[in-house]
Amino acid sequence: MSHDHDHPHAPLPRADEPPVAARVRALEELLVERGVLDRDTIRRRIDWLVSRTPADGARLVARAWVDEAFREQLLADARGAALELGLDPGPSPVVVALENTESVHHMVVCTLCSCYPKALLGPPPDWYKSLAYRSRAVNDPRAVLSEFGVALDDDVELRVVDSTADIRYVVVPRRPPGTEHLSESELAGLVTRDSMIGVAQPSLSR
Amino acid sequence: MTYSVGQPVRISARVHAGHHRTPAYVKGARGTVERVHDRFADPETRAYGGDGTPHRQLYLVGIDLRSVTPRDHGSRDRVFVDVFEHWLEPIE
Repeated sequence: MSHDHDHPHAPLPRADEPPVAARVRALEELLVERGVLDRDTIRRRIDWLVSRTPADGARLVARAWVDEAFREQLLADARGAALELGLDPGPSPVVVALENTESVHHMVVCTLCSCYPKALLGPPPDWYKSLAYRSRAVNDPRAVLSEFGVALDDDVELRVVDSTADIRYVVVPRRPPGTEHLSESELAGLVTRDSMIGVAQPSLSR
Repeated sequence: MTYSVGQPVRISARVHAGHHRTPAYVKGARGTVERVHDRFADPETRAYGGDGTPHRQLYLVGIDLRSVTPRDHGSRDRVFVDVFEHWLEPIE
C-alpha cells in the first residue's frame, strides 16, 4: 500500500486490536480532523500522565508525618502544599487531602467514572476503574476493605468519598507505629499508592 | 452560597435527561453539608459544548450509608459525595 504522504497521523490499526482501542483511535481521528486537538497535544498529555507516580503523593504524606505545620497546610490546601515541595499538583482545580486517624477512615472512589488524583498518584490502577470496585466501595465498603487487608474496628467512622465533580481526593494514611527512627525519605518509602486511596495501611513489614 | 457546613440537606430526586454528576444512588437521600467547596463550571452544559457558565457552587455532603444501600454498615459509616448546589434542597 502506498504510504508516502507526509501528514502525521495515528498508528495504523492492528488486526488484533481490541474494540475499545479501535473506538479510541476513531475518536482521536475525529478530534484531530475537526481541529479540537492536535497529535502533539495528545502525546504531551500521555507523556505527562505516564511520568506521574505515587512517589510524589508519598513525599507529601511523609512530610506531613514529620512536620506539623506542613500537615496543617496539606489538610487546608493540598495544592499549595504540593507546590511548596516542588511537586506538580496537575491541572485539576482543587486537590483535597483527607487524614485518616484512629477514629476516622477515608477511602476514595469515583462511582460515575474514574476521577483520580493522577498528578500526585500517577495513572489509576485497573481495579479502581472496575465496575466491581466502583459499586462495591459504596455498597459494601467494609467487605472491600477487608479484601484489601484492612480490618476496621466497628467504632471507626468509615467515610467513603465519592469524587463526583472537580475535587481530587488524596488520603493521608496513619503513620505506622515503630517508625520514630526513620528518616522522612524512609517514611515516604512506606507510603503505598493504595494507602493514599484509603484501601491499605502503610506498615513496616512490607 | 446558600448552604453552610453542618446544615442538613436533601439531594434532589428529580430526573434529569442528559449528562449530570449527581449519582442515582444518592438521589432523594438526606445528608449534611461537610465542606463548602469553590464554584465550578456546570458539567451539564459543558458536556454539550457550552462553557459551563454560570459556574455552580459545589458542596461535599455526608450521607448515612445505611440510607442509600441495604448492607449492614457501621452505624457511623457515611458516603461523602460532591454535589452542586442546584441538586440540593433545604430540610427544616
